[in-house]
Amino acid sequence: MRMRFCPSLSVSIGVATPLTIALWAGIGSMSVMPASAQTRAYRAPRTADGKPDLNGIWQALNTAHWDLQGHAARPGPVVALGALGATPGGLGVVEGEDIPYQPWALAKKQENAAHWLERDPAVKCYLPGVPRVTYMPFPFQIVQSADHVLMAYEFANASRTIFVNGKEQSPLDTWMGWSNGRWDGETFVVDTSGFNDQTWLDAAGNFHSEALRVTERFTRTGPDHLMYEATLDDPKVFTRPWKIRMPLYRRVEEHAQIVEFRCVEFVEELMYGYLRKRSGN
Amino acid sequence: MSLRTMNRVVLAAIVAVSVAPLAGQAPAPASDAPGGARPAAAKAPAKSKSYSAPRTPWGHPDLQGIWNNGTVTPLERPADLADREFLTDEEWAARAKEAAGRAADRPDDPDSDLALAYDNEWWDRGAPLKRTSLIIDPPNGKLPALTPEGQKLVAARAAAAKSHGPADSWEDRPLQERCLLYHGVPAFPTGYNNNYLITQTRDYVAIRYEMLAETRIIPLDGRPQLKTPIPQWLGNSRGHWEGDTLVVEVTGYNPKTTFRFPVDHPTLRIVERFTRTAEGIDYRFTVENPTMYTRPWSAVLPLVKTDGPIYEYACHEGNYGLANVLRGHRYEEQKAAEEGKREGR
Repeated sequence: MRMRFCPSLSVSIGVATPLTIALWAGIGSMSVMPASAQTRAYRAPRTADGKPDLNGIWQALNTAHWDLQGHAARPGPVVALGALGATPGGLGVVEGEDIPYQPWALAKKQENAAHWLERDPAVKCYLPGVPRVTYMPFPFQIVQSADHVLMAYEFANASRTIFVNGKEQSPLDTWMGWSNGRWDGETFVVDTSGFNDQTWLDAAGNFHSEALRVTERFTRTGPDHLMYEATLDDPKVFTRPWKIRMPLYRRVEEHAQIVEFRCVEFVEELMYGYLRKRSGN
Repeated sequence: MSLRTMNRVVLAAIVAVSVAPLAGQAPAPASDAPGGARPAAAKAPAKSKSYSAPRTPWGHPDLQGIWNNGTVTPLERPADLADREFLTDEEWAARAKEAAGRAADRPDDPDSDLALAYDNEWWDRGAPLKRTSLIIDPPNGKLPALTPEGQKLVAARAAAAKSHGPADSWEDRPLQERCLLYHGVPAFPTGYNNNYLITQTRDYVAIRYEMLAETRIIPLDGRPQLKTPIPQWLGNSRGHWEGDTLVVEVTGYNPKTTFRFPVDHPTLRIVERFTRTAEGIDYRFTVENPTMYTRPWSAVLPLVKTDGPIYEYACHEGNYGLANVLRGHRYEEQKAAEEGKREGR
């Protein structure tokens, strides 16, 4: 299943010819190289205006949506869902493993986690914010033009416009922030701010304030891989900027497409059920 | 316009600026641009000989940018204009003036002002077209007659709506009020936020809607429609270029999708045509729905260039209105029940 998303790794291992051994050695050494070295190792195809081509339908394949930090599998809160409602375990995506919370903020994170279902805004189909929208367990499509890059997400039909070399800042707080992008060689760097303090970073209660600034780096590392890094700077909540990093995988199925996940209608009973007319009212 | 939460003074200024160019009118208005005087052909937009569309680097006509399709022109021709396809210049000017001046000419009395739901500073409906209806075919500007089965379907829907109250649950409320679907496909203008960002690549055209901040994606790679399309609220779009016109076929709508006109979803096929003109984008669409209508029909909804940027429209996240509508109805029911008990005593 997962191999479908990363065909470049499905190199034949049936016969260990010198070529395949060399290939595997190459992959092995690449994986420990810093990002900048990897960037040099792969030159992305170009768009008409000569920029690395990020067009495509991409998806994270990890458990960052559940918890940015490494975690064992755990039972879910909805008994009826059984095994299918449990949270899968996974390696963390935080550089250095720790999220540098200020002491009060760490306590709030833990309290959030204890009240996940009541508090997680994504449960209500709210716009998930940045960077969480990138690693929701849903694909998103990049449509790249010279002066802006559009990112259209399945979850909640969210989308972002990233203004290339944009200078304007958001005049008010928003759910998805205000994104200005720039090209740094092979990497598309996106600075996003103008957030409200309503979104979370995952389903484990990790959060931020309206002072959050996110710097994302999108770098093609292969035909079907897009390395994603996000540095989160929020002096009201964290003691220093910190970074997450993960590969995004191209959805390579024939005619892959974004399928609507217009989740508002899935949460109306949850949000408004108590306001439904009762018989005998 | 876009920044719903900005203070009113700023908002009024934005609305005034955005309406002024339309009302002021460029010289020699043509085709179906707001104020356009030239009759439009039913199928292909009239081509200006002197105009050549800008191109993308890969040679497609360039439709990119932010566009607005707000207009106060109705879908169907009003009865008092029954025999006329176009307004006179005087009639058009009077309507344009009225539309442009709405924000400034608010009712003096605050109750009347508030009774407009949002007050007049809020609205950004756009200018009238020179034509009297958006429908250009049939030539009478009216929806064609319904088929017998179409009539039955419409009657059954009306009966179903009567079988429950106006707000027994959220499902009785319009999709717009639920933040579930707003401008749809084809994107019909409403009172505000009629802005669209078009982004193109060789293989896709993406249209980001200001309303609900969602994006419609149109593949151009020739992929076929699925034998059984996955029902989508915006339908399933397949596009291709015919000369300078982007032609998009849309089928496979979610049966709960609502339109400004009755449809029978399973047989609904909409064909849209986008053509860049000197005035903007000539947008027209044809509705083929043989189980609902006795013949196909076509309408125009011209797009004019507008200044950005488009700000976030987060609808569901702050949807106090829906809960309050339901709460209001429950309150009235409770009050009526209590009064009934008291009178019964």
